[in-house]
Amino acid sequence: MAKAKNYTIADLEKRANQIRMDIIKMLEHAGSGHSAGPLGLADIFTALYFKVLKHDPDNPDWEERDILVLSNGHCVPVRYATMANAGYFSKKELMTLRQMGSRLQGHPERLRLPGLETTSGPLGSGLSQAAGMALGLRMDKQQHRWVYVVMSDGEQDEGNIWEAAMLAAKYKLNNIIAITDRNNIQIDGPTESVMPLENLRDKWEAFGWHVLEIDGNDIEAVIDACQMAKAIVEKPVMIIAHTVPGKGVDFMEYDFHWHGSPPNHEQAIKALKELRTLGGKIRSEHE
Amino acid sequence: MNELHLATRQKEPEPIRRGFGMGLLEAGKANENVVGICADLTESTNMHFFAEAFPDRFIEAGVAEQNLVTVGSGLAAVGKIPFVSSYAAFNPGRNWEQIRTTIALNDQPVKIVGSHAGLYTGADGATHQMLEDLSIMRAMPNMVVLAPCDSVEALKATMAMAADKRPNYLRVTREATPVITTDHTPFQIGRAYIFRDGRDVSLVATGTMTAKAMEAAKMLAKDGLQAEVVHVPTIKPIDYATILKSAEKTRHVATIEEGQINGGLGGAVAELLGENLPTPLLRVGMNDHFGESGKPDELLKHFGLDENHIAMAAHRLLMDHSNHKH
Repeated sequence: MAKAKNYTIADLEKRANQIRMDIIKMLEHAGSGHSAGPLGLADIFTALYFKVLKHDPDNPDWEERDILVLSNGHCVPVRYATMANAGYFSKKELMTLRQMGSRLQGHPERLRLPGLETTSGPLGSGLSQAAGMALGLRMDKQQHRWVYVVMSDGEQDEGNIWEAAMLAAKYKLNNIIAITDRNNIQIDGPTESVMPLENLRDKWEAFGWHVLEIDGNDIEAVIDACQMAKAIVEKPVMIIAHTVPGKGVDFMEYDFHWHGSPPNHEQAIKALKELRTLGGKIRSEHE
Repeated sequence: MNELHLATRQKEPEPIRRGFGMGLLEAGKANENVVGICADLTESTNMHFFAEAFPDRFIEAGVAEQNLVTVGSGLAAVGKIPFVSSYAAFNPGRNWEQIRTTIALNDQPVKIVGSHAGLYTGADGATHQMLEDLSIMRAMPNMVVLAPCDSVEALKATMAMAADKRPNYLRVTREATPVITTDHTPFQIGRAYIFRDGRDVSLVATGTMTAKAMEAAKMLAKDGLQAEVVHVPTIKPIDYATILKSAEKTRHVATIEEGQINGGLGGAVAELLGENLPTPLLRVGMNDHFGESGKPDELLKHFGLDENHIAMAAHRLLMDHSNHKH
């Protein structure tokens, strides 16, 4: 069953901040992993798990659940942290990230952890898997179950993405809601210098998709866009969510060098202090 | 000697891919969760029988093999039994990583069908004559690899795949080739079968080469040599017991396949004999080179895969290891 709690936007913002702190702690403890993407995605994941998705942490395989595919598997720390916050498993387990025997693999593996829908990491294949799921659900007349897919901007260099884009448009897969984490960075640098993606909106529209463009660090905007997407029946929907990579941690924001690196101990302390005080907006660290 | 119910009379040759096409149609009738996806080669891979019978369960993905298998993975994730077909050169040639991550590691029971494998592809030339599929698919954990010997066995293999819970790869070929089995010949995933009893040399063959090995065995019999033909339709998991038992009896093993001997059936048998029962071995197949355009029979002859070459290889193996008494 879905636990529809009436969180206020302020509640959700607080939760997203908690998830960011958990991400910093996990990554520092693991000593490797990606920082920028997961921090930037914290608001989207909070919106999805605490407001948008129909899911049940006590029954991850619930047959009526919505499906969330994470295509850019390297951002999985945000999913693990959000799942722990939502009650899928204890927060203590977050500290096993990337360790031998952990359910929290460096890149997500479906078979290891209930609640993951796919195994991902190699980029470009999440949208096609979502398309397959959407087709299958339609064949079974299960269109009340939505298929969400979170993907990165950099992975749209992959041809596989555009193969999937064409197929989803051809079959009018209106039960897919895709969210692009448009943070403008990838490993080698800014997306527009590595391999220009713009005009991204035009590209998706030309491929037959309905495009919504939002501030992906605005939780309310994410929730509204997902609602709006459900009303589009003729086409699949792409939400281009503009996010700040490294969001919430001043020295990580907008810097592509943090794409694939974790904070060291001193950096983690600094980051946590900033997150606890919401960048100085909160005076007491005990709030 | 026909407990296996092999064909006793000459039947019309038939392409192995046709057996897949008819098998998929049957599997589709038996189970409504069976779906088909193709990458612009629906008739060519013989998926059209299914597509015409079940248009609502058929998806045309266009010339996009990476999408083909990943859409398949998604369909399997929601309980479907997806068969995904294209030419073996592209599927699994082009989309191997997608298969590895989203099907094998992700454990989704997608049924991958690679047609136009091997030299029998003929005039299309080296680009389309997939010779490495058995090697690359055999290296992948959690993957079942099948290469039936004729259209009748391909039908059974297709039905068996639909019922199997694991990811599978099925190799099929274009050209009409001899039908050597019947509806009554047994087939089980993971089993090898002795198609002809012998004591002097084991001809361990797969796919189209099993029929050639049977022909070679007849030629060898005229020379006074009794060749045992071991048909290996499942390259992985390989039937250790049947192959080892034959090797123990004949003490001389030749593998025959229409593909690269490095890593293919030849590689698999070399590994299992090397570790369990070191035995003189000769691997007949493509030895680290590509094919070229030509008629299938010309190509098989040129690359040493016709019955004459196979018989000669058996003689050579026995001569080189002269402790054999004959």
